[in-house]
Amino acid sequence: MSLVRALGSTVGRELRLAARAPAEAAQPLLFYLLVVALFPLGVAPNEPSLPVYAPALVWIAALLASLMTLERVFRNDYEDGTLEQLALAPLPLPLTVAAKLAAHWLLGGLPLVLAAPLLASGLGLDAATGRALTLALLLGTPTLVLLGGFAAALTVGLPRAGVLLPILVLPMLSPVLIFGAGAARAAAQGLDPAAPLYFLAALLALSLTLVPFAAAAALRNALEA
Amino acid sequence: MNWTWFHRLGSPPTFFRFAEKLAPWLAALALLLIGLAGYAGLFLAPPDYQQGDAFRIIYVHVPTAAISLSIYVLMAVAGAVALIWRMKLAEIAVVSAAPIGASFTAVALITGMLWGKPMWGAYWVWDARLTSELVLFFLYIGVIALNSAFNDPRAAARACAWLALVGVVNVPIVKYSVEWWNSLHQGSTLLSVQAIQKPKMSFDMLWPLLMSLAGFYLLFGAALLRRMQNLLLERERRARWVQDWLGEQN
Repeated sequence: MSLVRALGSTVGRELRLAARAPAEAAQPLLFYLLVVALFPLGVAPNEPSLPVYAPALVWIAALLASLMTLERVFRNDYEDGTLEQLALAPLPLPLTVAAKLAAHWLLGGLPLVLAAPLLASGLGLDAATGRALTLALLLGTPTLVLLGGFAAALTVGLPRAGVLLPILVLPMLSPVLIFGAGAARAAAQGLDPAAPLYFLAALLALSLTLVPFAAAAALRNALEA
Repeated sequence: MNWTWFHRLGSPPTFFRFAEKLAPWLAALALLLIGLAGYAGLFLAPPDYQQGDAFRIIYVHVPTAAISLSIYVLMAVAGAVALIWRMKLAEIAVVSAAPIGASFTAVALITGMLWGKPMWGAYWVWDARLTSELVLFFLYIGVIALNSAFNDPRAAARACAWLALVGVVNVPIVKYSVEWWNSLHQGSTLLSVQAIQKPKMSFDMLWPLLMSLAGFYLLFGAALLRRMQNLLLERERRARWVQDWLGEQN
């Protein structure tokens, strides 16, 4: 029971910290909405091919928005010494990392998923495509947060991690983009998007079980340095 | 089995002297094989019935592309060794392999593009194999960038080792997802390359290719040893054995 309580309090702490700086917590969502809103301004007004590019656009915006705040996920704790206490605590560090990343997903990933139906209809996608896109984001954004969290753990002690993080993690995220946008594309062509969605679920299961361990080890490496 | 030779080789001074002896031989043999394969590929092998002389670029393209992938695997294996046994030499191998891997990948991409222009009519197409090679290039760049961002070289090497390990799990996923992505499209007529790329190769075309593959592997070995030697000299510049070695040189 104490394990569950410790996990719960780790998640609760992250949420409380975010609640005390609401403007900061809203940044990824605003960034995401702005990127998607600016894209149609770059093409001709009422461009008929906009729905073709819409899934890719929403996914790229989601990728960048979730990476934007990931740099901070361990940084504050690293700087004020909390991370060292967490590493010494009886709760295994991979679980702490998983709890922190779960909280981070609730704050930075879930809003992107919830906003997706709105963006989908705004970009002219039909209902089935919008649904597939939203489901794909629901299954794909946790993987983004996990792999991004791993890269954030690798770079936590570094001064200029902001640019390094996307370089490390974006190539690894190309499968998520392929299946995520692929689900929406399949739905747009009237096909069943189940196959790419299953792939996204498999990627999520794989990264959920492996990445917290790698991220915890990377954090220990940063603490030793 | 007696493993003392392995432990002895793991110590920097012994490895350095061993590499100093081995590297020139590897390099000479590599140049000999690549030179012979180049001559055979350019002059002895018959032109392809379909691609004419343009196919001859495979004597560079195929070896570099094949080796670019094995370097990543080697980097991950060295990374695992570095993390499990904290072997300094394995850390140095991880860091040294990344730039060589990036260069082999770049050569494979560039030669592929040069071949693609006359064959496919475009330098770049978003074919599955090209795209996964490009992603591999970015993965190498990530390791290099991560390594150079740290002040402490040992922490940098261990971070790179972790990145290489996570990356090596990711490489097959990227490869198959990219193939899946491309197969969603209708196969382009320009791109029906399977027939050209996997010919039942006649032996007089094949033997220079195998020779050049061996040559490029040896070249990689020589480059890796030399790079590791350089890093060892730099990192252990205050150690006694480096001073001794430098004394012997003068």
